[in-house]
Amino acid sequence: MKLHPPFFSIGLLSAAMLAYEILLMRLFSIIQWHHFAYMIISLALLGFGASGTFVSILQKSLFRHFSSVFLLNVGLFAVSSVVCFLLAQSVPFNPDEILWDSQQPVRLLVIFLLLTLPFFFAANAIAMTLSYFHDRVARIYAFDLFGAGLGSLSVVALLFVAMPLQALAVIGCIGLLATAVAAWELKVTGRNWVFAVLAMSSAGLIMLDMRSELQLSPYKELSQMLRISGTEIAGEYSSPLGLLSVLHSHIIPLRHAPGLSLNASNEPPAQIGVFTDGGGMTAITRETGNSADYAYLDQITSAAPYHLFQPAHVLVLGAGGGSSILQARYHAVPKIDAVELNPQLIQLLRNDYADFTGDLLGNKNIRLYEGEARGFVADASVQYDLIEVALLDSFAASSAGLYALNESYLYTVEALQDMLKKLQPGGYLAITRWIKLPPRDTLKLFATAVDALKNSGVENPEWQLLFLRSWQTGTLLIKNGTVTATETAALKKFATDRSFDIAWYPGIQSGEVNHYNRLAEPYFYQAAAAILSDERADFLDRYKFSLQPATDDRPYFFHFFKWSVLPEIFSLREKGGLPLLEGGYLVLIATLVQALIASVILILLPLFVTSKEKRLSSSVSNSRVVLYFLSIGLAFLFIEIAFIQKFILFLHHPLYAVALVLTAFLIFAGLGSGFSWRLVMRGYYRHAITVSVLGIVVLGLLYMLFIGTLFAQFQSLSITAKIPLTLTMIAPLAFFMGMPFPLALAKLGDIAPNLIPWAWGVNGCASVVSAVLATILAIAVGFNAVIVLALSLYGLAWLSFPEQQAD
Amino acid sequence: MNHLKFCLFFCSVFCSMVSIAADDPYAAKRAAMIKEIEGDVRAGYGYLEKDALDENVIGALGSVPRHEFVPRNMREAAYENRPLPIGHGQTISQPYIVAIMTNLLQVGKSDRVLEIGTGSGYQIAVLATLVDKAYSIEIIEPLGRQAKQRLQRLGYENIELKIADGYYGWPEEAPFDAIMVTAAASHIPPPLIKQLKPGGRMLIPVGSRFMVQELLLVQKSASGEISTRQLLPVAFVPLTGRH
Repeated sequence: MKLHPPFFSIGLLSAAMLAYEILLMRLFSIIQWHHFAYMIISLALLGFGASGTFVSILQKSLFRHFSSVFLLNVGLFAVSSVVCFLLAQSVPFNPDEILWDSQQPVRLLVIFLLLTLPFFFAANAIAMTLSYFHDRVARIYAFDLFGAGLGSLSVVALLFVAMPLQALAVIGCIGLLATAVAAWELKVTGRNWVFAVLAMSSAGLIMLDMRSELQLSPYKELSQMLRISGTEIAGEYSSPLGLLSVLHSHIIPLRHAPGLSLNASNEPPAQIGVFTDGGGMTAITRETGNSADYAYLDQITSAAPYHLFQPAHVLVLGAGGGSSILQARYHAVPKIDAVELNPQLIQLLRNDYADFTGDLLGNKNIRLYEGEARGFVADASVQYDLIEVALLDSFAASSAGLYALNESYLYTVEALQDMLKKLQPGGYLAITRWIKLPPRDTLKLFATAVDALKNSGVENPEWQLLFLRSWQTGTLLIKNGTVTATETAALKKFATDRSFDIAWYPGIQSGEVNHYNRLAEPYFYQAAAAILSDERADFLDRYKFSLQPATDDRPYFFHFFKWSVLPEIFSLREKGGLPLLEGGYLVLIATLVQALIASVILILLPLFVTSKEKRLSSSVSNSRVVLYFLSIGLAFLFIEIAFIQKFILFLHHPLYAVALVLTAFLIFAGLGSGFSWRLVMRGYYRHAITVSVLGIVVLGLLYMLFIGTLFAQFQSLSITAKIPLTLTMIAPLAFFMGMPFPLALAKLGDIAPNLIPWAWGVNGCASVVSAVLATILAIAVGFNAVIVLALSLYGLAWLSFPEQQAD
Repeated sequence: MNHLKFCLFFCSVFCSMVSIAADDPYAAKRAAMIKEIEGDVRAGYGYLEKDALDENVIGALGSVPRHEFVPRNMREAAYENRPLPIGHGQTISQPYIVAIMTNLLQVGKSDRVLEIGTGSGYQIAVLATLVDKAYSIEIIEPLGRQAKQRLQRLGYENIELKIADGYYGWPEEAPFDAIMVTAAASHIPPPLIKQLKPGGRMLIPVGSRFMVQELLLVQKSASGEISTRQLLPVAFVPLTGRH
């Protein structure tokens, strides 16, 4: 009986697999920390590379029982996706101990291996299919990409309606459904038995899942709070933006007031804690009806602008639980606008805790908008007296350098320029950050502000800047105009009354600094003065952390690591020097190194394991195959990642931009792959690859050069108009990008079909390396450079397109 | 005279170690740990503004059986210079950090010391060997109970421990000459500042459970003015070359 490729099963499997990848990232961000989640998932994807190696070596035996082996692999993906995660989360891994405790790397390895399994099984099924039906490669790949596109979009929707563990069960069941569809498509004998087993398995998976709970690291903020008597989680709300946990503390008040002055005498009213992914607590504060109860909000550095002038209209970027709104209200601001990204947090304030907050958002002077800060500012049609960028991320994660991998478009030079444009003459932009030692965030912010002012045409930025700090937080004030003597005097009084130190005001003297919160040297003042002087370049070079301002092309505000300092920090590891390491960046490097080593092994293994007579192929150069599939594997994700970043700035919502752009890339690439099948049927390999690479390079360059202008042109459009525009822009590029992989696989199908699984594995390894390398390159040289490199790699792929070797 | 004092002190520590060694299998490990810490402090001399720990601090570290404060399965690692998990999401601090924190508090025999966040009880045990009376508050009930039993069993009779919210300190026993706050809080509780004697010192390690980012030393002057010194737990200057 002639078999037909299991197209729909492949589509469903790819959808489940991509959804699983995104969900795992969520799950590990909840139980661990984001940067380790990134490392774990990246390396688990090496299951793709491993599948290529496995199928390469065993393809003949596997093909003898194609249908059963395919079914088995899809079924194993479904079961292992749930079981392996539950096992992995029970491994007591603690990243903080990895350099102390020899057991921790072993535990990390166990987690990697467990999570590699589902990807390995799923990739096996796809690699086998591509190889077995090598004359239908392009269509199979099209279904694979279509499925992946739908999976990425569906999981975003799923996470709004299901808790993360429920979503895991759903994905497991979709895997089982893919198995059932495969049994039907492959016309497996005894299908009814297969369906019965799958139905029982899905019931088993759901029951197992329902009996399980997410096991948060005991060192996460939420776990720590739950140790205290009288605390309980009153509600949990899932969304792709994060798992919100609402904490009530019945006995001991929460008292969340970071950066409170040492001279303060009052504590906050009753509060409810809201944690995102078990960390980054923001507090919802009770309305007492007595203004004096909120006096603590006047005892933190972010209250400074309210002492310089009386703003009539304030914009709070990052409302969180509402502390900054309360602060503005305490200072009698007549009109307050606030923006919050997470709609569920807004719902908590607006509905669930409306009574608790005295219907804070019902106040006609207060408006809370759902949206992303940068986009809100860009679209704002009013000028504000004060724009406040609130401090919402947690100190622990920030101080440990865990955000190093996170792009942030809030603290770039361009972002500050946008905000300055929306200030009334004489208005202030106020940004508060944690104080880290040795100083980093706030100094980089100061340098960013100086650049933003200069780019806005200000000749003497030093006259428009004020900078003060407590031991815990620092607030930078940027005025749209020159700071007056009256304002300086007010700031001095504000700081003195609260034992805060001023690190910069126009005309500051060195004798005025480092009084209350003393450091070994007046680092903040010295840095501010150096950044404003001609010595800036020399200072930035000599400073042991990177303070180079972030830009939209290199949006890594939280990246401070310098390689030159690594030996010194390493030598201090036993003497309390480890916290000086920027953990996030080193995890990224460690991930790359591990991915490279594993990739080399996985790629080379089939060459050594296969016996001489079965030597992979003599009809095509192995090195050309490696070069080609490495190049397109690296380049595809480079372009995808770089354009996701570019579109975030246009669509203004990190989550929706990622979901939309990723889905669009995958689906239009799927169309390209489907189209390439027609060309393959006619044997137009060489022409097709030339056209597709040319299309990618030309469009890529055009977008890189003109995307900024295009975005500026259409910035004011509504989101409903921006979405079709985004799709129109991505469609042709993605269409061409979908062609090189199936074209070369189809060619291999003609001349060396036994190389297909290997090529699949090479491409899989390249994709893992690519995702990590793209971030490292973007941190170092920016996203435009990543695009240029990707286009060059496509050029290289064109040169190394697999051709039959002359005998 | 100082040399004589040092010799006497050295002899007393040495003798006590020899006598402990007879029935304390960990004595040699403890001595090695102290030697390592002293080496690290010498290397990180800029930090303490001197190149050695005070003699009484060395004596205190030498007398407290750290292995009794860690879970049984971790006793072998008790004297390694690293933090260890003790359950309930808590840790026992790295000995080097305990040493420099204790040194920075500069407590005298007659001082009253308060600790917020007892944890295993190791830090308060070290402090209790230096003062007549030490107080400690733990918020996590099972941890507090364990620490209480442990300290009683080991004979630390000058430590009073209660399970409570440390935010309000211990007003009945205030004021204190020294306060150590090892519990995480979003800010320094005003009641604790109030309970600090003029001239007193409060020390707060800032960072994660396993890594201390900085040590915050809060000082109250004789006139009651509050200031802080923010110290790195390591000799590290953020700028190369001259300013």
